[in-house]
Amino acid sequence: MHAVVVPTSDPQVHASTGVRRWLTSTNHKEIGTLYLVFGVAMFFVGGVMALLIRAELAQPGLQFLQPDLFNQLTTMHGLIMLLGAVMPALTGIANWQLPLMLGAPDMALPRLNNLSFWLLPPAALLLVASFFVPGGAAATGWTLYAPLSIQMGPGMDMAIFAVHLLGISSILGGINIIVTIVNMRAPGMTMMKMPMFAWTWLVTGGLLVAVMPVLACAVTMMLTDRHFGTHFFNAAGGGDPVLYQHIFWFFGHPEVYILILPAFGMISEIVPTFSRKPLFGYRSMVIATCAIGVLSFLVWGHHMFTVGMTTGPQLFFMYATLLVAVPTGVKIFNWLGTMWGGSLSFETPMLFAIGFIGVFLVGGVTGVMCAIAAVDVQLQDTYYIVAHFHYTLVAGSLFALFGGTYYWLPKWTGHMYDETLGRWHFGLSALFFNMTFFVQFLLGLAGMPRRVPDYPLQFTDLNLISSIGAAGFGLTQLLFVYIVIKCVRGGKPASDRVWDGAVGLEWTLPSPPPKHTFAVPPVIR
Amino acid sequence: MSGTTRHRWLLGGLALASVGMFGFGYALRPLYYTLCRLTGFNQLEVADTAAASIRPVVSRTVVMQFDSNLRDNLPWTFRPEEASVELHPGQIVRTFYDVSNNSDRSIRGQAIASYAPESAAPYVRKLECFCFTTQTLAAHEHRRMAVTFVVDPALPSDVAALALSYTFFEVAGASSVEALAAPATVPSVPTRARNK
Repeated sequence: MHAVVVPTSDPQVHASTGVRRWLTSTNHKEIGTLYLVFGVAMFFVGGVMALLIRAELAQPGLQFLQPDLFNQLTTMHGLIMLLGAVMPALTGIANWQLPLMLGAPDMALPRLNNLSFWLLPPAALLLVASFFVPGGAAATGWTLYAPLSIQMGPGMDMAIFAVHLLGISSILGGINIIVTIVNMRAPGMTMMKMPMFAWTWLVTGGLLVAVMPVLACAVTMMLTDRHFGTHFFNAAGGGDPVLYQHIFWFFGHPEVYILILPAFGMISEIVPTFSRKPLFGYRSMVIATCAIGVLSFLVWGHHMFTVGMTTGPQLFFMYATLLVAVPTGVKIFNWLGTMWGGSLSFETPMLFAIGFIGVFLVGGVTGVMCAIAAVDVQLQDTYYIVAHFHYTLVAGSLFALFGGTYYWLPKWTGHMYDETLGRWHFGLSALFFNMTFFVQFLLGLAGMPRRVPDYPLQFTDLNLISSIGAAGFGLTQLLFVYIVIKCVRGGKPASDRVWDGAVGLEWTLPSPPPKHTFAVPPVIR
Repeated sequence: MSGTTRHRWLLGGLALASVGMFGFGYALRPLYYTLCRLTGFNQLEVADTAAASIRPVVSRTVVMQFDSNLRDNLPWTFRPEEASVELHPGQIVRTFYDVSNNSDRSIRGQAIASYAPESAAPYVRKLECFCFTTQTLAAHEHRRMAVTFVVDPALPSDVAALALSYTFFEVAGASSVEALAAPATVPSVPTRARNK
């Protein structure tokens, strides 16, 4: 009797195992998982820093931290959360989902994909290790403003190199995503038939390629100013620190949209599924996404109204910024239009999506207030700004990330997550988030400056509320980790379609999908 | 075109774009200074002009205080000769600052002016100033430096006192940065002002 030899070309059979498997993997699903795990790990690193900051601010006076360490913590909290947690987590979901949603076998450039992930851990190591070098970590605030950043110790150099690595990683990731979306769509999937998530990532990829090099340029100038005798930002040598702010915010504002556009994309997938209706105004959503991308290059000056800018530029940046509210408003109304008359159900992803719409709206509207140059003079560098951008980034990007994770987790793992715990996670997150940050609007309006470890007595009560909220929010996130681990280990088997309202190529695959999918591209009619 | 070729083209284009944007970051520096020069923003080292017809408004008197600062432990002594003057808007005033180099080496410095209240800055016209050029002081050299200015009669009526403050910065590694600093400072200084 002949042995039955199954002819196979499946590389899975020859795949490496253990650590080597993860180090050398070029599979979009594995790299997506790596990105997500890394993002969650850095989210907790940055979160611990935030809790230390809030512990210090719970009472006036200096309790736990000296001002210098406090400044290091605010700086690293910002850098790690933006570049180490939110961006990698968004890229992780893109890695998992884009090939599945476009009907592609993998990302277009799988080896590049492996490289862009493995640049991240060394960068994170540099940032965390910089606390232990003489002078400590960078303490300039996450914006690394000159001239302070030119004067700091070696921790600053480590931050510069970390930013370089993170920047290269993001650029490579962005390029890979663009190539995948442009070249790898299933036959018949025209640009205007693409899922909204792919559209938002296409624009985000463009922004990454356009502005991450500018950040790399700014920190390179800083590096040569520090060590190689140039004077880009040093007034004494004929340079100008305000030039740094211009270059930084030319990157910085598009960066904000890099963090929020993929979140918009996920919300645009979740809301139709649980409304059991197609996305309302798909075409206007696409146009709005592109418009936000273009406008993001024209508004950087609104971060610098108080540097001594004259009236003309102030008015230009003010009106351009107010204009951003139009496409953003289109998106909000389209989501509401999608829900209108739909047969809604409120599973955890939908709860996070609705929470996102409500709370992001607060972040957006307060942003419009900050955009008004005359008002911004009062709000600049106060807790009002801190509250504003946490409303957009925590309640915006992070809630969308949670929503997206719960939405696709059954697809990724093949198990349903614990719905009850998921709802608790949403409820507690929403409660503690608002408890932490809403009072910061009031503190900011009352004049409490940001990045200061001590404050006058009249701010005590609100700060204590904020600190209790932060502790609650931090602890709640442990619940998220528990829910995900529990779901990975087992649970009710998920069907292929998972959600009865779900539409899209990823739901035609088994849950969990095999390691290699869409080897033969599906045809879209 | 095969899939791989299309990927390579797009990859190449996007990689080129990101390298281009890196270069664009550097290009922002000359762009910034050109824009500042064309629009007249941020021109600290240029002499102001006053209309030839400007006349003192004797009915109004304001106090101008003088202040001096040194940055980065610059081993100089730097003081105004008079702490303040009373002047009429429209009156051309000349005052002196004394500066000495207390070290054993030659040091080049650049003074940057600032004003209080900030809103009064556009009304102070410096016709001649030691701050329009860098000042190189030999070891233990002493120098008396003039500044001539006129306060515009359009100064808002609620301003009764103003301050003119100078901070001297050391121009580090003077010879090596000359080339770098040159586009920013030197061409923006009209010859007239420099020769004063």
